[in-house]
Amino acid sequence: MSVALVLDAVSWICLLAGSCFAVVGGIGLLRLPDFYTRIHAGGITDTLGAGLILVGLMLQSDGWLLVFKLVMILSLLLITSPTSAHALSKAARAHGVEPQLADEGDSPSPS
Amino acid sequence: MFGAALVAILVTMALALVRAAKGPTVFDRILALNMFGTKTVLLIAVIGFVTGRPDFLDLGLVYALLNFIGVIAVLRFMKVGHFAATEDEERPQ
Repeated sequence: MSVALVLDAVSWICLLAGSCFAVVGGIGLLRLPDFYTRIHAGGITDTLGAGLILVGLMLQSDGWLLVFKLVMILSLLLITSPTSAHALSKAARAHGVEPQLADEGDSPSPS
Repeated sequence: MFGAALVAILVTMALALVRAAKGPTVFDRILALNMFGTKTVLLIAVIGFVTGRPDFLDLGLVYALLNFIGVIAVLRFMKVGHFAATEDEERPQ
C-alpha cells in the first residue's frame, strides 16, 4: 500500500463528501421555510462543501504552486462568505424581514 | 471521480438558480446568487483539474473576488439607492 494510493483514496473521499455537502446545501436552500434558515444552508455549501472539495483537489495536485493557489482560494472563500452572509442578514433585518418562529400560530410571538 | 464532483456542483448550481427565480424576497435572490458564484469558483477549479490545465485556478481566484465585491455592491445599492458616495463620505472631517 503505497503513499500515492492512500493520497488518492483520501482525496476521493474528500471530493465525494464535499459533493454530498454541496448537494445537501442546495436542497436546503430550496426547501427550508425561512430566509434566515436558508442562509444556514448556503453557509454549509460555502464552508464544508467548498472546503472539502478544495482539499480533495489539493491532494490531487502535483506541485506546490497549485496547492498555494488552492489555499488562497479556500482562505478567500472562508473570509468573504461569512462576511457576505452577515451583511445579507443584517440588510434583511433592517428591511423588516422577520424570522419565522417555531410556535408561530400557537401563541403570539414575543415582540 | 472528478465527474461526480462536477455533477454535484452543477446540480447545486441548478438548485440555487431555482431559488433565485422563486425567491419571495430580494435577499433570497442575492443569497442564491452568492452561492451560485461560490459554486462557479469550485466548478472552474474542478474543470481545470479534469482538463489538465490547472491555470484555471487563477480565473477561480479572480471570480471569487468579483463575486464578493458584487454581493456587497448590490447590498449597498439596495440600502442607499445609488452608487455615488454620500455627503459624509465625500468630505470626511
